[in-house]
Amino acid sequence: MARIIVVTSGKGGVGKTTTSAAIAMGLAKRGHKTAVIDFDVGLRNLDLIMGCERRVVYDFINVINGEANLNQALIRDKNCNLLYILPASQTRDKDALSIEGVGKVLEELAKDFQYIVCDSPAGIEKGAYLAMYYADDAFVVTNPEVSSVRDSDRMLGILASKSRRAELGMEPIKEFLLLTRYDPNRVESGEMLSLEDVQEILSLHLLGIIPESKSVLTASNAGVPVILDEKSDAGMAYADVVARYLGEKRPHRFIESKKGFLRKLFGGK
Amino acid sequence: MSLLDYFRSSKSKTASIAKERLQILVAHERYYRNKPSYLPQLQEELLEVIRKYVNVDQDAISVKFEQDENQETLELNIVLPESQNNKSPLEI
Repeated sequence: MARIIVVTSGKGGVGKTTTSAAIAMGLAKRGHKTAVIDFDVGLRNLDLIMGCERRVVYDFINVINGEANLNQALIRDKNCNLLYILPASQTRDKDALSIEGVGKVLEELAKDFQYIVCDSPAGIEKGAYLAMYYADDAFVVTNPEVSSVRDSDRMLGILASKSRRAELGMEPIKEFLLLTRYDPNRVESGEMLSLEDVQEILSLHLLGIIPESKSVLTASNAGVPVILDEKSDAGMAYADVVARYLGEKRPHRFIESKKGFLRKLFGGK
Repeated sequence: MSLLDYFRSSKSKTASIAKERLQILVAHERYYRNKPSYLPQLQEELLEVIRKYVNVDQDAISVKFEQDENQETLELNIVLPESQNNKSPLEI
């Protein structure tokens, strides 16, 4: 039986698609057959981050409407043959998604895949609602910034009350925190919320901290999930996230700043 | 405190402000979460009715909604102003 993961946040621009691409690739690289679905109908971008934008023929909506079957719409990743991408439609509007349609597609995918990663659009409208509705696990992507933390908290309320698991009175969705764009230097100088600050408010199971990193832009420029940049800090951080999600114990990294020569000399905290 | 901190201390430490603002806001928003959405309107309309008879302040009325496994309770609390006709004994 497949595990359905939603990558969500409420707020836009915090790194949902970057995270979806990275963890889907990470899971597949570790031998699990994984599908990643773009739920951002009308503003699809996962295809671009995964570098398969020129191979999109059919999309999620085509499958829901029976205009194509899943095998026609799924794009096999060029770097990993256990990873498949189901792109969103760029031309339809979000009303083309329906709860029954999404359920049917997920059910069919679940027969063949071990993990299904749902890349949620920003906001709390239909696309975001349907992305989380069938989820077993939620990766809540949060920046150490007031509006992002507030929106994450709002999203946690929605996960707890509006999901299928909540409606059927099943065991609730497992919620995990991914704190992204973290800058330990700014935290140490008191100008950015720290991990402890964010956890005091959200108190979630921490899957990992992704440091603010140039490699994220470099990876998106090239259309390669950042996790494949194994030497980069963000790439390593995502590899840790995947390992922890799969049950490995790994100490958290990137919480403290790398002390430079001058900082050491002057005794920066 | 290191030398570096000394030069830095002019910069305001805004993270603590952010945390404090968030804690207040999130607590408030969590309170209203999963409560019936008609509560604010109910409060507004009740206030209107009461004002037909007594002049009360906006915050003189509180509507509390509580929920446990077996029942939902709606608690309504109205603070009436001291009546002007009803002078206290000392002033007679």
